[in-house]
Amino acid sequence: MDMISLAHTAVVPVILANLALLASSRLVTCIRLVALQGAVISVTPLIFETGPLSVHTAVLCAVALSLKGLVFPWLLHRTLRRVVVRHEIEPYLGYPLSILLGILGLLASLWLAARLGVPEASSRSFAAAFATILTGLLLIVTRKKAFTQVMGYLAAENGIFLLTAVLAPGGPLFIELTILLDVFVAVFVMGIAIHHINRQFDSIDTDRFCSLKD
Amino acid sequence: MTARALSVLVPLLAAPLAFGVIHRIKARFAGRQGKPLTQIYRDIRKCLGKGATISRTTTWLFRAGPTINLAVTLTALLFVPLGGLPAAVSFPGDIFVFAYLLAMGRFFTIMAALDTGSSFEGMGASREAVYSCLAEPMLFLALLALARHSGDLSLAGMLSAVSAGSWLTGAPILALVTVALFLILLAENCRVPFDDPTTHLELTMIHEVMVLDHGGPDLGFIEYARTLKLWIFAAIATSLLLPAASGSLAFDALWGVAGIFAAAAAVGVTESVMARLRLTRVPPLLAAAGAFAALALILVEG
Repeated sequence: MDMISLAHTAVVPVILANLALLASSRLVTCIRLVALQGAVISVTPLIFETGPLSVHTAVLCAVALSLKGLVFPWLLHRTLRRVVVRHEIEPYLGYPLSILLGILGLLASLWLAARLGVPEASSRSFAAAFATILTGLLLIVTRKKAFTQVMGYLAAENGIFLLTAVLAPGGPLFIELTILLDVFVAVFVMGIAIHHINRQFDSIDTDRFCSLKD
Repeated sequence: MTARALSVLVPLLAAPLAFGVIHRIKARFAGRQGKPLTQIYRDIRKCLGKGATISRTTTWLFRAGPTINLAVTLTALLFVPLGGLPAAVSFPGDIFVFAYLLAMGRFFTIMAALDTGSSFEGMGASREAVYSCLAEPMLFLALLALARHSGDLSLAGMLSAVSAGSWLTGAPILALVTVALFLILLAENCRVPFDDPTTHLELTMIHEVMVLDHGGPDLGFIEYARTLKLWIFAAIATSLLLPAASGSLAFDALWGVAGIFAAAAAVGVTESVMARLRLTRVPPLLAAAGAFAALALILVEG
């Protein structure tokens, strides 16, 4: 299999994970989907590597895979156990409409890829990356539970990681690792924050924040 | 010529056997011995030997339903290739003829059900109409993706253009289309999770309730048409996975039949591990099949 078809194959689970994320209300499923998507995305730099495998890419993929595929899901599962919430009950936007918006986002991303003149080999991956970012933002905006919003944040981060792999392969290792560290800290802090929100409001619905007044 | 004849004659003889495979797999999952693989042949023969009791409220539509359904299913079978064997009839755009022949069969089944005047059959007919409305665009989306991928507008042409070898270059598209086609197979043939063919409660039936009032030869025709329809969809869904036509008649036919029985086994396993979905959960599942097909269509090199 050549590089282009490999890249095209990798795009499919990413896009399907996006749609499934928009469709699923079980938080455990969301964690698994984001972890799966992250695992697929964290090996994409290997595909876009031109020339022989460099230490740089290998380190980046290994760190990203272990963080996105193992550490994040573990941290999130732990948080979920603590707050005893299983489902996103009533999102601001229903599931069918979310999926429709997700597909529209994908189409918009494909259009954008064609418009920007992204090379044929990476246009699909570019579109998938952009669609993943849009999916993440959609999740953050339309879901009530703080936990699902964290999922949206992680999905958006997955998209950005893929976008970097597509557009700037072989960028400085430093910056990429720093971003991964930031995300790690963010997941950690958000886990604690969700725990505190849950203790304060007896729920992790973010619309309860409206009752906060001076 | 022999090959063309074989791709019609083999299903005519072996289609009920695929149903036997489903029953056997389900029985084994449940820890039972299961009925003989050839039971459905005996059922059909028994039905053909019986007389029919026909309600006085019905008209000719009721009598015509099963016959027309069997006739159009047989005609649709002509367009379907078997593994590497070519279809008996094939021309550009025959996917529309194929799809609407099956739709016509369904239309007359619904008409016959409504003709009985039974409220249960009316409910089954309405559900069948809703699901087929949803399944039809999904079938077209999947076939459209295949047509664009292979650059051929005939059913036999687009199916023979893809084989196990083309997964090296078009794996994402073919995987998506195969999953979509398998879901459509389950929906069109009224299998779990869309409909439960073994249920005995009229309220939960879809296809079975529509044929409750048929008996004798009519019921035999319905059963036979049902096995042929399963064969047709299994042949379409599995032909993407089979090796390319080798030119050897026996080899191609054998692979084709093996594909059908593998699909039947997959249906049996699906039915054993899943429960029927609630009626309101069915449209989202069909929409998922549509999303797969649409994604494949988007991903095809354009």
